[in-house]
Amino acid sequence: MYKLGIDVGGTNTDAVIIDGELNVVADIKHPTTDDVYDGIIAAIREVLAASGVERSEITQAMLGTTQCTNAIVERKHLASVGLVRIGAPATTGIPPMVDWPEDIQGVVADYVMIRGGYEYDGRELAGLDRAAARGFFERMRGKVQSIAISCVFSTVRADEELELAALCREVMGEDIHISISSEIGSMGLIERENATILNAALCHVSRRFTEGFAKSLADEGITNAEIYLSQNDGTLMTMEHARRYPILTIACGPTNSIRGASYLSRLSDAIVIDVGGTTTDFGVIQHGFPRESSVAVTIGGVRTNFRMPDIISIGLGGGSIVRERPDGTVTVGPDSVGYEITKKALCFGGDTLTATDIAVRLGMADIGDASLVAGVDEGLARRALEAIRGMVEDSIDAMKISNADVDVVLVGGGAIILPGELKGASKVCDPEHSGCANAIGSAISKVSGNFEQLVDYNVTPRDEALDAAKAEAVRLAVEAGALPETVEIIEVEDVPLAYHPGNTCRVRVKAAGDLA
Amino acid sequence: MRKIGLREVEDIALGASLLGAGGGGDPYYGKLMAIGAIKENGPVELISPDEVPDDAVIMPIAMMGAPTVLCEKGTGGGEYKVIYDMVSQYLGRQVYAVMPMEAGGVNSMLPIAAAARLGLPMVDCDGMGRAFPELQMVTFTIGGVSATPMALTDEKGNSVIFNTITNKWTEELARAVTMSCGGSVTVSLYVMEGRTMKAFGVKGIVTRSEMLGRAIREVKNHPEKTPEQAFLDASEGYGIFKGKIADVLRETNGKFNLGRVQLEGIGEWRGHRAEVCFQNENIYASVDGEILATVPDLVCLVDTDTFIPVTTEALKYGKRVLVVGLKCYEMWRTAEGLELVCPRYFGVDTDYIPIEERVKGGAANV
Repeated sequence: MYKLGIDVGGTNTDAVIIDGELNVVADIKHPTTDDVYDGIIAAIREVLAASGVERSEITQAMLGTTQCTNAIVERKHLASVGLVRIGAPATTGIPPMVDWPEDIQGVVADYVMIRGGYEYDGRELAGLDRAAARGFFERMRGKVQSIAISCVFSTVRADEELELAALCREVMGEDIHISISSEIGSMGLIERENATILNAALCHVSRRFTEGFAKSLADEGITNAEIYLSQNDGTLMTMEHARRYPILTIACGPTNSIRGASYLSRLSDAIVIDVGGTTTDFGVIQHGFPRESSVAVTIGGVRTNFRMPDIISIGLGGGSIVRERPDGTVTVGPDSVGYEITKKALCFGGDTLTATDIAVRLGMADIGDASLVAGVDEGLARRALEAIRGMVEDSIDAMKISNADVDVVLVGGGAIILPGELKGASKVCDPEHSGCANAIGSAISKVSGNFEQLVDYNVTPRDEALDAAKAEAVRLAVEAGALPETVEIIEVEDVPLAYHPGNTCRVRVKAAGDLA
Repeated sequence: MRKIGLREVEDIALGASLLGAGGGGDPYYGKLMAIGAIKENGPVELISPDEVPDDAVIMPIAMMGAPTVLCEKGTGGGEYKVIYDMVSQYLGRQVYAVMPMEAGGVNSMLPIAAAARLGLPMVDCDGMGRAFPELQMVTFTIGGVSATPMALTDEKGNSVIFNTITNKWTEELARAVTMSCGGSVTVSLYVMEGRTMKAFGVKGIVTRSEMLGRAIREVKNHPEKTPEQAFLDASEGYGIFKGKIADVLRETNGKFNLGRVQLEGIGEWRGHRAEVCFQNENIYASVDGEILATVPDLVCLVDTDTFIPVTTEALKYGKRVLVVGLKCYEMWRTAEGLELVCPRYFGVDTDYIPIEERVKGGAANV
C-alpha cells in the first residue's frame, strides 16, 4: 500500500508518494494552475510516473489546500447563510458580526437570536424557544442553502444545538447544509459563532474541492484510496467530515511543512527553519506537532478562536540582496530579487549580489557559475555570512523555550545560504526531499480528537477530571478513524477561571493516532 | 465634552488592557458590547469631571464575575436600563451620567455600552486608575463612600439592591448572588454625587487610556527613537526587565488566579533573572531577587515586538516580554490608600516604596 500526499500552494502543487513504512518513494513539484484540478491531475501523473507505483496500490490520498482561506479572503463562492443564535436574554448586547468588515457581512442573509442556552455549569439559561426557531427555518426555506447554529455554552452542553439541527432538517429538508458551533470552535461565543458562520458560508467551496479531488483521483484511475483532507492542527479528516467542516482546513500549509520536516528528520522536538527566496519561517515541533500560537486568528478580517502554528518570519532568503555600508558593515535583505534570482544573481550572470552568491563564493553551494562570483571580496562575503548567522541565531533563540540547545531542521530551497553550524543548535539536519515537506506532512498526518470542558475541581478531583477528559478525547480520535492502539494524548491544558470563586478550570485535551 | 465613537473605543480598549496590569479580563468582549451599543445608538458623550454639577448623581457601571463566563454570555443589553431604574427609584433622583469604576480590563468598556444604550454622558474618571480584584479597592473607599446601595442584575431580569454594613460584606454577598446568577452580572456601586467624584476620582483616566492605546498602535511610527523608547515615553513607564518566559507556575486558592512567572533576561538583560507574581493582577516584579515594583503601582507585561499587553491568562513559555512599571494614582500612595492596597494586603512581605524610588540604584541600573 502507498500514500499519495498533495499540497496545493500559491506557487506550486507538490505531490509525494510514500510507502507503507513511510519512506518517500517519489516527490515532484508542478506549477499551481488557475483551475487547481488541472495542476493536481498533472502533479498526480508526474509523481506516479516518477515512482513507478501502480494506481491500484494507492490506498490513502491526502490533500492539503488553502482554497477555503482564499475563498474567505477574496469573498468568492461564499454561500448565503441563515444564523440562529441560542442565548437570549443573554448575549443580545453583542449582535452577530458586530465587528466584521462590511464587505463580508452580506454572507448572512438573516439572523435571529432566540431564547435558550446554558449556564457555565450546564443549567438551562432560559428554556429553548422552539417555535421561534421553527418560524425562522420556515422563513429561510428556499432562501439560503446553509444554516449556522450557535449557542451559549454549547461547549458545555450541545443538546439544544443538536435539537435545532434536527428541527432545521425537518423544516428545510435533507439537502440543507447545517453547521453547529459546538463541533467547530472552543470557548468564546463570538469567535465560535464567527467560525461557524464562515464554515456555513463555505459549503459550496467544500463540496467543490472534496468532489473535485475525488474526481481527479478517479479520473486518474486511483479508485482504491480513502481520501483525507489536512486540518490546521496537523491532523486529517475524512472527506465526509471535510465537506461538513471546511473551515478546519484553513492554514494547514505551515502546519504540514513543520510536520513534514519533523518526519523527514525523524525529530519530534526541534526548531524548523524553512528558507525560501525572500523570507525564512521559523516554527517549532513539540512532540511531533507544531507549537501553537496563543494569539487569536483573524481570517479575512473575522476573528475566530482557532489556534495556528506559532511562526515567525524574517526577511532573509536565497534572493536577499547583500549590501556593504560605508562603515564596512554588511546587510542582508530584507529586500530580495525573489523569483528573478536566475536572472539577477551574480552567479547566474546578473548584476545583483545576493545571499546565494555569498554561499557560492564561500564554497558552501554549487549553484550557477562559481567563476562569476570569484571577484567578490572574501572579507565581505564572510561578513555577510556572519550577518545571516546573526539573524538566524536570534530567531532560533526567540523560538526556544529554554537556554538548552535544540535540534534544528532546515527545509526549503534557500537553506543553502545558512552556515552549517548555528549557536543554540545541538545539531542541524538538512534532510532529503525537504523541498516537498508540505506534501509529506499532509501524507503522514494522523487523526485527532479534541475535548474541552469547564470542570470544578472541588466537585470532580483534578486527576479524575483529566482522566475523563483524556478518555473522551481518545474516543473522539477513534471515532475520527484512528487505530485505537496508536492513539496518544498529545496535549493537556487546564487553566483556572479568573475572578471565579471555587476551583473551576478550563480543561482541554487533544489525542491523535494513526489511520486505520 | 467630546464624542467617543468606534475609533476611540478601539484605542481605549487597548489602553485598558495595559491598565489591567495583567488582570481585569481581556477587554475584547467588552469592546464588542460597546461597539454593538454605539452602532445601535450612536457615539457616546465623554464629559470631563469639571463639567459635572456638584449635586449631580453619577452611576458607575461594572461587571462582576468571571471574564471567561462573560465571553460566552456577553450581556443582554437591557441590564443598564434595569440598573438605571433601580438606582433612580431607590434615590428618588435622576441619574446625570455614568462612569467606569475600573479603567483597567473589560470594565473599561461596559460604561460605554451603558452610556450609549441609556443616552447618558460618561464621565472621564474612575475609582482605580487600573484594575484591582476586590470591590472595596477604590479611591472612593478612602473618601468614606459606601459601596452600597449597590444594584445588581443578570441578563435574565433578576435584580437585587444590596445594603450592607461594610464593603467586605458587599463583596461577600454580591459574589454569592453572582454565582447563582450564572457567574457574570452587571452592577452599579459607589453611586455618588459630582462633588465626591471630583474629590476622590482618578480624573482623565479614559483619555489616558485612549492615549496609551494610540501610543501602542503607533509605536513604530517614530523614526527618531526605538519602539521601546517610544512606548516608555508615551506611557511614562519604567522599563524594569526584558526577558523570555522560562516558566509559569499556577495555583488556585479557591478565589484567585495565583501564580508566578519566571523570566530569563534577553538583550541587555542577558544573564539576569526576574520574577513576576500575580493574583489576578500582577502584584510585584523582582530582578535577581530584588523587588523593583509592587502594587499599587502597575506591573505590566507587554510583548517585546508589538507592545500589546500580555494578561496573566495568556502567559506562555517562550514568550518575550518587557516588564514595565507605571506609577499608580497619587491617592493610593497615602496612608489611607495603602491600607487598602499595600503589598502586605496581597501577601507580599515588603513595605510599599514608590517605583521611581525602587528603580533608582536598584538592579535596573546594572
